[in-house]
Amino acid sequence: MTAPVLQVEAPRSAPDVDAAVRTTGLTKRFRGGQVAVDALDLVVPRGSVTGFLGPNGSGKTTTIRMLLGLVVPTSGQVELLGEPVPRASASVLPRVGALVEGPAFHPYLSGRANLVRLDAADRTVDRRTSSARIDTALDRVGLQAAAGKRFRTYSLGMKQRLGLAAALLRPRDLFILDEPTNGLDPQGTREVRTLVRELAADGCTVLVSSHLLGEIEQVCDRVVVMRAGRAVTSGTLEELALLARPSVVVETPALDAALSVLRRLGATAATADADGLRVRADLPDVAVEDVTRALVHADVPVRGIGRSGRSLEELFVELTGEGFDVVG
Amino acid sequence: MSSADTVLLDRPGVSLSARLLRSELRLVFGRRRNQVLLVVLALVPVLVGVAIRVSSAEVEPGEGPPFIDRVSGNGLFLAFTALAAVVPFLLPLAVGVVAGDAVAGEAQAGTLRYLLTVPVSRTRVLVVKYGALVVFGAAASFLVAAVGLGLGAALFPTGDVTLLSGTTVSETSAIGRALLVAAYVSVSLAGLSAIGLAVSAFTEVPVAAMATTVVLAITSQILDAVPQLDWLHPYLFSHHWLAFGDLVRDPVPTGTLVDGLQLQAAWIAVALAVAWSRFTTKDVTS
Ligand SMILES: Nc1ncnc2c1ncn2[C@@H]1O[C@H](COP(=O)(O)OP(=O)(O)OP(=O)(O)O)[C@@H](O)[C@H]1O
Ligand SMILES: [Mg+2]
Repeated sequence: MTAPVLQVEAPRSAPDVDAAVRTTGLTKRFRGGQVAVDALDLVVPRGSVTGFLGPNGSGKTTTIRMLLGLVVPTSGQVELLGEPVPRASASVLPRVGALVEGPAFHPYLSGRANLVRLDAADRTVDRRTSSARIDTALDRVGLQAAAGKRFRTYSLGMKQRLGLAAALLRPRDLFILDEPTNGLDPQGTREVRTLVRELAADGCTVLVSSHLLGEIEQVCDRVVVMRAGRAVTSGTLEELALLARPSVVVETPALDAALSVLRRLGATAATADADGLRVRADLPDVAVEDVTRALVHADVPVRGIGRSGRSLEELFVELTGEGFDVVG
Repeated sequence: MSSADTVLLDRPGVSLSARLLRSELRLVFGRRRNQVLLVVLALVPVLVGVAIRVSSAEVEPGEGPPFIDRVSGNGLFLAFTALAAVVPFLLPLAVGVVAGDAVAGEAQAGTLRYLLTVPVSRTRVLVVKYGALVVFGAAASFLVAAVGLGLGAALFPTGDVTLLSGTTVSETSAIGRALLVAAYVSVSLAGLSAIGLAVSAFTEVPVAAMATTVVLAITSQILDAVPQLDWLHPYLFSHHWLAFGDLVRDPVPTGTLVDGLQLQAAWIAVALAVAWSRFTTKDVTS
């Protein structure tokens, strides 16, 4: 089953855009034949906060593992901050803070001791500033009070916070956060959102994965929507919102002719649905009867016309496939 | 917040990962389970020493662990007896547990993925892990030797020692020989550690890696005891484990000891190569 690919006609990220993350044809086929990521071309522009959205099993974590050199791609390339991974991992990864599939630490060490260990592993930091940096990171995630407790006694939210603290141990240019709010209470969720905004304000690029649209919507300026290992759409949140916004839907066999009429009427985003039977355009200020008249005047066969609106949530479900079943 | 102003302190070739090695040693020696293993090992000379002290039974030469008949005559022999007692099973068990856990334990806990994304190169992970294992094996051997020497001196008469060869050497020389034995045992354990590390690189289940390593150590000794397989014996990694008895002769016949060291060197080279080729290519999906 192929996903409906919605083409956003507003300006897309050009291939030569300055990207913090770029993958070309990235593919992972696990032993056993499972294709987790399928020819993915992912571009995360520098300075953006990009949401990596997709339902369970859509390949987000596998992609992130390949970005970080943990999993070897079956084919395709990865570039982080302009350098190839894994070849340049040693020089790039210190500039990348990452959370991969939840936090993981030594259970019988304290939160602080775990951070000390990670800092000791980093050959590119000044060890004299180690404890100051650890304190700052712990403060930043509100974990200072529990820093001396063994990791195994942490609640899920505290574990997640420690994972974020590890990503914040030193200045970074890029953050790759896999479901950072998983397990956090509403307060913690809000704190993570604030943190992401702060990082972005400092000029960092953030790639944050989630299966919750609501979360992405609030912090991201771009989204990439994954489904079954492929990116089904990507663009700015505004571009995605256009797809969802109340729009004029024209049912017609003459897609191209209809699209050009709609653009002439002032549509900034006009798209053809994947089934090739409908076009969709945002024309908030034009009455439907005027659109009809213009189409008829241009000899476009109109089978049906009307206004429709979708919530972003509905759009997301439409993009990623509805139903409870995990694709795979 | 940008890393452009971060000073790169990385000096390839100069930095031997000393900081990470220290961290790894803290991890190994700070872990309760490993501490218990060391305590159990240290109890062996205590048990043997106390048993000999309180018992009046006469031990014939050749009965029980090597040298046990000599302990009541000279307490320093307790170190040799204790080491001979732990080499076949307890030491391989302790080393097998720690080595099997080395990579697989971090994989299972998920800490491996965070270590690798710091980043630590996979080769460096193996080097540091192996370094810590060698130190643990040496610590275990020298602990048994030290407790044996100390307790032997406390419970039994000491003084000049009559060696197996009939020669008498000074107390200092005997202590030196006990430490050499511990060093030889450490090298043997370094071989087993390399094998355990290789096993550990193949799985995400630490218990499986531990069990496999210990089973390999025992199987090797069983095969070594089957005369029909004598063509195989020189290749078994446990073949010269007990050759340290030669250090208690004067002059020391070095032939077998050197064979033992060479055998370990070969096993270390092969096992580390296997561990490296596996670990540097595997997907970390835990
Ligand atoms: N080690 C593995 N071996 C085989 N298949 C795997 C492996 N890891 C992941 N997969 C498969 O790859 C697909 C993508 O998994 P992935 O973990 O990347 O999804 P995800 O988008 O992160 O999902 P979630 O939202 O549940 O975290 C799934 O079908 C999964 O079963
Ligand atoms: Mg995931």
